[in-house]
Amino acid sequence: MSDVSLTVNGKRVSGSAEDRTLLVHFLREHLGLTGTHVGCDTSQCGACVVHVDGRAVKSCTMLAVQASGSTIVTIEGLADGAELHPVQAAFKEHHGLQCGFCTPGMIMTATDMIARHPEGLDEATVRAELEGNICRCTGYHNIVKAILAASETMAKGAKGKAKQAA
Amino acid sequence: MGIEGVGARVARKEDKRFITGGGRYVDDMVVPGMKHAVFVRSPHAHAQIKKIDVKKAQAMPGVVGVLTGKELKADGIGNLICGWMIHSKDGTPMKMGAWSPLAVDKVRYVGDAVVIVVADTKGQARDAAEAVEITYKELKAVVEATKAIQPGAPQVHAEAENNLIFDWELGDGKATDAAIKSAAHVTRMKIVNNRLVPNAMEPRAALGHYDKAEDHYTCWTTSQNPHVARLVMSAFYNVAPENKLRVIAPDVGGGFGSKIYIYPEEIVCLWASKKTGVPVKWVADRTESFLADAHGRDHVSTVEMAFDKDNRITGLKVDTIANIGAYMSLFSSCVPTYLYATLLSGQYNIPAIHANVRAVYTNTAPVDAYRGAGRPEATYVLERMMETAARELGVSPAELRRRNFITSFPHQTPVIMAYDAGDYNASLDAAMKAADYAGFTRRKADAAKRGKLRGIGMSCYIEACGLAPSSAVGSLGAGVGLWESAEVRVNAVGTIEVLTGSHSHGQGHETTFAQLVTQRFGVPIDSVSIVHGDTDKVQMGMGTYGSRSGAVGMSAIVKALDKVEAKAKKIAAHLLEADEGDIVIENGEVKVAGTDKSLPWFQVALASYTAHNLPAGMEPGLKETAFYDPSNFTFPAGCYICEVEIDPETGLTEIIQFVAADDFGNIINPMIVEGQVHGGIAQGVGQALLEGAHYDASGQLLTASYMDYTMPRAGDLPSFKVSTSNTPCPGNPLGVKGCGEAGAIGSPPAVINAITDALGVVDIPMPASPATVWATIRATKH
Amino acid sequence: MYSVNYHRASSVADAAKLLKNGDAKLLSGGMTLIPAMKTRLAAPSDLVDVSRLKDLQGVKVSGKTVTIGAATTHYDVSTDEKLKKVCPALAHMASLIGDPAVRHKGTIGGSIANNDPAADYPAALLALGATIITNKREIAADKFFKGLFETALKEGEIVTAVSFTAPAKAAYQKFRNPASRYAIVGVFVSKGKDGVRAAVTGAGEDGVFRSNEVEAALAKSFDAAALDGLKVPAKGLMSDLHASAEYRANLIAVMAKRAVAAANA
Repeated sequence: MSDVSLTVNGKRVSGSAEDRTLLVHFLREHLGLTGTHVGCDTSQCGACVVHVDGRAVKSCTMLAVQASGSTIVTIEGLADGAELHPVQAAFKEHHGLQCGFCTPGMIMTATDMIARHPEGLDEATVRAELEGNICRCTGYHNIVKAILAASETMAKGAKGKAKQAA
Repeated sequence: MGIEGVGARVARKEDKRFITGGGRYVDDMVVPGMKHAVFVRSPHAHAQIKKIDVKKAQAMPGVVGVLTGKELKADGIGNLICGWMIHSKDGTPMKMGAWSPLAVDKVRYVGDAVVIVVADTKGQARDAAEAVEITYKELKAVVEATKAIQPGAPQVHAEAENNLIFDWELGDGKATDAAIKSAAHVTRMKIVNNRLVPNAMEPRAALGHYDKAEDHYTCWTTSQNPHVARLVMSAFYNVAPENKLRVIAPDVGGGFGSKIYIYPEEIVCLWASKKTGVPVKWVADRTESFLADAHGRDHVSTVEMAFDKDNRITGLKVDTIANIGAYMSLFSSCVPTYLYATLLSGQYNIPAIHANVRAVYTNTAPVDAYRGAGRPEATYVLERMMETAARELGVSPAELRRRNFITSFPHQTPVIMAYDAGDYNASLDAAMKAADYAGFTRRKADAAKRGKLRGIGMSCYIEACGLAPSSAVGSLGAGVGLWESAEVRVNAVGTIEVLTGSHSHGQGHETTFAQLVTQRFGVPIDSVSIVHGDTDKVQMGMGTYGSRSGAVGMSAIVKALDKVEAKAKKIAAHLLEADEGDIVIENGEVKVAGTDKSLPWFQVALASYTAHNLPAGMEPGLKETAFYDPSNFTFPAGCYICEVEIDPETGLTEIIQFVAADDFGNIINPMIVEGQVHGGIAQGVGQALLEGAHYDASGQLLTASYMDYTMPRAGDLPSFKVSTSNTPCPGNPLGVKGCGEAGAIGSPPAVINAITDALGVVDIPMPASPATVWATIRATKH
Repeated sequence: MYSVNYHRASSVADAAKLLKNGDAKLLSGGMTLIPAMKTRLAAPSDLVDVSRLKDLQGVKVSGKTVTIGAATTHYDVSTDEKLKKVCPALAHMASLIGDPAVRHKGTIGGSIANNDPAADYPAALLALGATIITNKREIAADKFFKGLFETALKEGEIVTAVSFTAPAKAAYQKFRNPASRYAIVGVFVSKGKDGVRAAVTGAGEDGVFRSNEVEAALAKSFDAAALDGLKVPAKGLMSDLHASAEYRANLIAVMAKRAVAAANA
């Protein structure tokens, strides 16, 4: 057993867990954050993607104790209060989800992807960047559409903010 | 239609919880005192169980219980059933072997459940599962259906000699043989439909809770049809009587057929909860899903198609061997029979058809309905045959299809189905236009300059949805009726709850069903809630599969809405002192037509509950129930065109464009319909290019994780060009046909027709992986 | 996963000490080790986490000499501007490993110490003639990769960095296994002061190897055309569900050709 201390969605949390406890299970079972899902055993489906210290990571392939000391954002921490994150809003607007199971991982991957591509995204890049996220419902068509739309919205928002600052 | 009514692209009401992490799936459920289960599964494809020793496991840390099939049998838990009786052509009933939820004497496939271990944590349960000692005597296994029916093949069940479950036929054999004999041309092919693993992203899960004080069970399960689960677990498996068993299917992360069936795990979790005195939760690993979810397809067919001198089809003869796996899953028998052979007329006028189907046991996972269920197999047979025939006859694939299209309706096929409406030329025209079919020759030449092989292929599919008229399926052997139920509850403040027997696991019912209510009463969509998936809340219903929730589930809602509307009008007429026939309901107002007299909707609702002033003899309340039993199947149809470019050096196939032109009848929410088509196409393209379950000769599943089973990823697919040209369905009040399976049904032959076109070969096995394409090119060169 | 004891090393020396616990294993990004533990194929008694050691992180470029800390993630290698200038091929190769989330955690040291026969880095380091630096010694890549999941590393030995001289030209091309997305064949070619080297991953029965056929052809002329009609023998190549040895042999020639074209572009 080890002590695990994390900052999750802006809150300091700590607990004790077996060393073999995966981060995803710590989030789900110890913290009750069940938005992060497990869809495979081989680190391929991406339903478990969260942000650890600012980077998208598969929480099924990291021990909770290994993450101790890190800052974590999960799907539950993405919206700003009642206001949806632009990626969340775009998934809804463009019907980028059906059963919803892969969706949290998709959205966390998408926000990371958009952040790493401030120059903007095109369809080929989005599809390549979704390598580690599997969806069985949508055929990806509307997921790609949603991410491209969110990327544009966020670029406009960033420009707007830059203007305001100037 | 209004912005929230029928025909509008309403964003989904249910999305909020899914995009914020608030979805509630079975694995998210926590019950106080809950423990975790792991199943010990057979590592052998075929073996006798000589001895099971659980002592060591029982003594492991955290272990609450280690239970075997013997104990399960002793408690009277029944064997799994198959819910559709098929008779062989000699009149004998299908030969079904027993399927115990936990194997007792024999295991029949790798993954067969043998022991359940319950412990404080899943890790502890797994540790203890490894300590269970089972002594097996290995037997020879057989995995291919064509080999299983050979004399001397390993015998999977004593009941089915030579592993033959049934030898069934449909159609007129003599007439078909005569047509072939007198044909101007006969096209012949052996057609293999590969085995697939459904792979809903949420693995199956079950949480069983026995409440001792109440002597009552609750089962949270990943089900497409919780009521059917309760019925079967009560009536056949003796888990508990229906009134003592509540089944809840909360948010379910995709089904595609694989969550229709009642599997051993949920039965055993419920039983184990009583046995151990704690709530028991089991969640499948992905590899467990590969091993023990029902697989799909796995047909081998020999086909002959006869043409006259004018290229008109005169006969079709199909001989199919269907691999059923080690046990007969719940609907396994109807998939290769009534969901398959009845669709062998396709979109074509075929005077004589004969299908013979042999269903065969093998030492593999049970095979049952997977998105499309029988209809993709029929479409693949027909559309591969049409493509090959066109090439042999030297006519264009479009021309051959047009020449044989059914153009007048209703149309009775020689294989039971009576098509009610359609316009197959319209779909073909739309698809060819969207694909710029005329420009293909130029594109092919351009590709050739770049050293690439281009091909184009089409597929004109038809399916039967809206399962199904109860009396018809009853006469064909179904153990259940296939109607649907609905209850519309108008609350005293005018908000509305619709309780439906359909179940949404991605289909967006909470939105589309609400659109019907908004359309009817003009109330905001936010004031409408859809309730489903809980046997304690919703009356008996039949669930969601076979693209039935629109044509059957929504029709039940329409019937209930009719009743509510009629009663509301009576109340309003009484209150407004008007004639009932003059009352209209629009925009949330109940009005007397042609006057300024009106009541807000909520006041009518309130009046029904205060009951201070109701028409004489009227019961209080505004709540109505309806059961809808369809009069016919519905027949969605369409044309798909796929264009591929192949890199001959690597064998890699790129899908350049994929066009879908469908006829779904009337559409409630086009956005959701398009999403269904996208997903279906991805699964169909997956079958054609990427996916395939492979067992080795000893029965080990080689593709038991995403390391070896190729799931379609975003980079494997293009954006799709989808459109609809609709002929309303005359058979139901909304004129809808169903759209959930079309993509998976129509697309595999389009892809393979395109690849074989590019390569200049007659056939290529699915999945046409790069290695397979490369080997095919090499074989052609040599 | 079986029970395991986790230790976070405070230094390389501390890690070496902790490695003496039972059947301890080093944990870096964990992208291969943790999945193997989850499926119970790997069962170390202890894990010694070196991923947070600052000494082991980062890319240093001095002239043509490149040194990459063992705990540098694939993402950091793929985006390092200094590296992209002197050896863009390696940055590009790193950008092709796994998926974005895997690249955020997986490290170069973890990849080469594991020496998966389908991993990308072994091919790159072999083709670059790199040196693997451990807490005890320096090992030439030619001597480091020993076979399937086998390296020259001795018990308690920890990879701290890899180093190489940036070649004049280099490129990597890989053909992915459609399911796992690991390389069915990956070919890294380089042309440096010591001549042409071409290493192949994903294909060899004994893991990564240098292709004599490709190197001999390219030694004459480092040009894609030099590989026209090249026949790579299928002997010694893996054959599995996804690819026959013959198919892999073909892909070696095709990927080598494309890599050379990319290196010259």
